[in-house]
Amino acid sequence: MDLSINNENGAAVARLRGEIDHHTAKALRTQLDKYIITFRPPELAMDMSGITFMDSSGIGLILGRSKLLKECGGSLEIRGAQPYIRRVLKLSGIGRIVKIS
Amino acid sequence: MKVLNEIKFIMPSLSVNESAARAVVSSFLIQADPTVEELSDIRTAVSEAVTNAVVHGYRGSSGKIELTVKLLEGREIYIRVKDSGCGIADIKQAMEPLFTTAPEEERSGLGFSVMESFTDRLTVRSKPGKGTVVTMRKRLSVHGS
Repeated sequence: MDLSINNENGAAVARLRGEIDHHTAKALRTQLDKYIITFRPPELAMDMSGITFMDSSGIGLILGRSKLLKECGGSLEIRGAQPYIRRVLKLSGIGRIVKIS
Repeated sequence: MKVLNEIKFIMPSLSVNESAARAVVSSFLIQADPTVEELSDIRTAVSEAVTNAVVHGYRGSSGKIELTVKLLEGREIYIRVKDSGCGIADIKQAMEPLFTTAPEEERSGLGFSVMESFTDRLTVRSKPGKGTVVTMRKRLSVHGS
């Protein structure tokens, strides 16, 4: 699992690569929360194009970050999810809470 | 139904084995030539079942998780994930979407919903103090030559 967060043209973009499961979600959660709390970005995009697997642990990860961002006055966007990851996103109904593009 | 091939994989309840379980299932199923979507569905369902055993079955403790995968006649896949953990007192409640006993770990409560949606049949048997057995079946499509 690999994560890099950059400020691209004034917007924060977190690029995730690898597999998101209960095991890998823990480290992602810590790193993302550290960034959110430190920089309080008004918008954070999670670029999922490099994610090759995600189960419902990913839903917990997204929901948790969305909540924290909201508390910090920001919002979360999910982008680039592959079709098999979109299936899990759709099943969860998370699209009602988080912007998926 | 006739069993054409089967594999059994026993692992300690370490979260790192969630990906090992997925890899085992993927490798075993190559012989059945599933579609990318079918394989992805099965991998996800297995990941949910093994994670449940790690997070809930052996909560605060550890033990063995047994994963059995069978290739049955008629392109049917049988998967069983068994733990000897704490068990589930109320299976019906546990299977309700968004129900979780571990919100602090950011469990979304969607594990059983994913297993149910991504396979054809899901059965959960559990005895408090004894453990839980999750079985899933999925029939693969006939495609190609």
